[in-house]
Amino acid sequence: MRRARTWLPGLLLVAPSIVAIGVFVYGMLGWNFRLAMTDEHDEVTEGKFVGLDNFISLWDQPRWHISVNHAIVFTIVFVLGALVLGWLLAFLMEKGIRGEGTFRAIYLFPMAISFVATGIVWRWLMNSGMDERAVGLNRLFDAIGLPQWQWFRDPDWGMAAMALPAVWQMSGYVMALFLAGFRGVPEELREAARVDGCTEWGVYRHVVLPLLRPVTLSALIILGHISLKVFDLIVAVSGKQIITDVPAVFMWVAVFDSHDPAKGATIASYIVLSVAIFVIPYLVWSVRKERRT
Amino acid sequence: MRRRWMAAVAITMASALSLSACGGDQAAEPTTGGGDAAKQVEVFSWWTGPGEADGLQAMKQIFEKQNPSFTFFDAAVAGGSGDKAKALLQSKLQADTPPDTFQGHAGAELQGYIKAGDLEELNSLYDELKLQDVFPAQLIDQISVDGKIYSVPVNIHRSNVLWFNPGVLKEAGVAGAPKTIEEFTAALQKVKAKGKIPLSIGSEWTVTHLLESVLLGSLGTDAYNALFKPGADWNSAEVTKALESFKTIMSYAGDPQDDWQPAAKQVADGEAAFNIMGDWAYGYFHNPPEGGLGKTSKTDFDWAPAPGTEGTYLWLSDSFTLPKGAKNRDGALAWLKVAASKEGQDAFNPKKGSIPARKDADQALYTDYLADALKDWSGDKLAGSIQHGVSVNQPWLASINEAVGLFLGTKDVAALQKALADAATANAQ
Repeated sequence: MRRARTWLPGLLLVAPSIVAIGVFVYGMLGWNFRLAMTDEHDEVTEGKFVGLDNFISLWDQPRWHISVNHAIVFTIVFVLGALVLGWLLAFLMEKGIRGEGTFRAIYLFPMAISFVATGIVWRWLMNSGMDERAVGLNRLFDAIGLPQWQWFRDPDWGMAAMALPAVWQMSGYVMALFLAGFRGVPEELREAARVDGCTEWGVYRHVVLPLLRPVTLSALIILGHISLKVFDLIVAVSGKQIITDVPAVFMWVAVFDSHDPAKGATIASYIVLSVAIFVIPYLVWSVRKERRT
Repeated sequence: MRRRWMAAVAITMASALSLSACGGDQAAEPTTGGGDAAKQVEVFSWWTGPGEADGLQAMKQIFEKQNPSFTFFDAAVAGGSGDKAKALLQSKLQADTPPDTFQGHAGAELQGYIKAGDLEELNSLYDELKLQDVFPAQLIDQISVDGKIYSVPVNIHRSNVLWFNPGVLKEAGVAGAPKTIEEFTAALQKVKAKGKIPLSIGSEWTVTHLLESVLLGSLGTDAYNALFKPGADWNSAEVTKALESFKTIMSYAGDPQDDWQPAAKQVADGEAAFNIMGDWAYGYFHNPPEGGLGKTSKTDFDWAPAPGTEGTYLWLSDSFTLPKGAKNRDGALAWLKVAASKEGQDAFNPKKGSIPARKDADQALYTDYLADALKDWSGDKLAGSIQHGVSVNQPWLASINEAVGLFLGTKDVAALQKALADAATANAQ
């Protein structure tokens, strides 16, 4: 009786969300995986179980290779770009810039905008017209004598350009994470390093950065999973074109244009699995760490 | 102890149920809210742009005048060629909560809905209104599935229109609109020599749109129409030749623009010589600056059938349907009657910039380009558009778009032909 009194109210409090998550997240996930393992290739016929056939045959499709490559390029540029830029901004802030609050707000603002709005603005900025037809960034580059570029329409590095709006939007958030991390480093540690004759750069290299590792890892996970699922930004900038295809857009086309539920579910499964590769080791690591402390 | 346990379970269940009940209420609200549901007719379309929305309004006024007991509910979803609208429609149909009537391209695009049993056939409506007599026989033939008709075409658009800038052509020494594919490539070469963009293109779907005109121009009408019959041969040497021409033509294309409008604008502004786009471009060229470019026809821009396609109307049509389980079936039928009527079509089409599907339209209402179109529609042979859902169903079109998108990267004609042939084998019926 007494023991029940300690855990029961807590359980009651979280029970509705456990039920909701159980049904709407894990239930749906399971349903999706089940669908991906059937041959339900239109909405009318009932599918039969075919095991992993869909997962294998997807690799025969040239479009799938293209969209996976695009996702990889996008992820590398976006994650590295946002981490480096966010770290740099936080570093400058931490040096005690005047009007820090104002700058912090300015850099954080883009996060308040949806990817769709960002995409529509950047579609104009990254217009591929050149010289007399240039608008947006190409116009600016033309005026100051920098080389112009096709941006997201570039056949090889288009997806790197596509990552720029995402970097612009998320680096402020990364800055906030790092800034909190910087502030969490006790002043005594830095003092101690300086007393031992460490240069200012050395303080960052050997004292601050190692202490920031958990923050970096969290930022990496957050950015990585956004990146692998990216859909709205791509659709807002370019629509559903092969030249900027990513798995989530391919999934949309498979479900709503090709009317092939099993194929859509297969792509969705791959997206979930790729995110899981990021998230699960992190969860394991953080659980272990909490146990240790 | 046990009673407490039961209470806990009960409370949990109750809160979970009330949560889901809330969700249900909210989802149902937009369709039932705002007046008497039984009298309301929910008309689902993607007509929200300038011109098309005005046309819908004009039909709405006629509808409400003729049917005082019904109110028109505009359930339009924005987005060109209905991408977003179709996705929303899909979820409504799967949840068995269809709108009372929805817009769809007439022809094979509706096949999926028909197969899924979402649509009622309209043969009795056609008999009642004697629509077989007022629509062209070839049109009725191309929208029938096993002798049954599932939609009422409101308008006809033409896909195979070559838009060009007369000034740029003159400067390049091109005498007039090219009549064959060979003349077309020669003209493109001349324009290129002058340093202008020979052919402007937009996003990837506009390239599929170009492909259908090249296929029709190269193969001829009968061979083109035969491509969509079961067992059609997409591997033939004629198709290879057409695709080689397509590759040559694409080598003169300018940088892809964001959509069809910026591509058309390049022609209007004299940056590009040619653009192949459907005749909705006329409204964009011609309309005053709020919804168009305010250009003068024949001097700033001009038109001709796409090279090699003179005498054939590569058509597409917006149509309305009767979904099974419509809440207000009578209201939907009343709407279909307005959409099929001469009065309704003559109110809608001049505003939308298309011609009526009926043969007995009031000719005086259609001027300039539309007068040309009306004349050609009454005499030309018909071929169904690919990109706009007449000849191929939605999965087939998705495969073709994918093949064309991949071709833009690889420029590999053999791979394109194989992908097109595979798509035909998988989807033709």
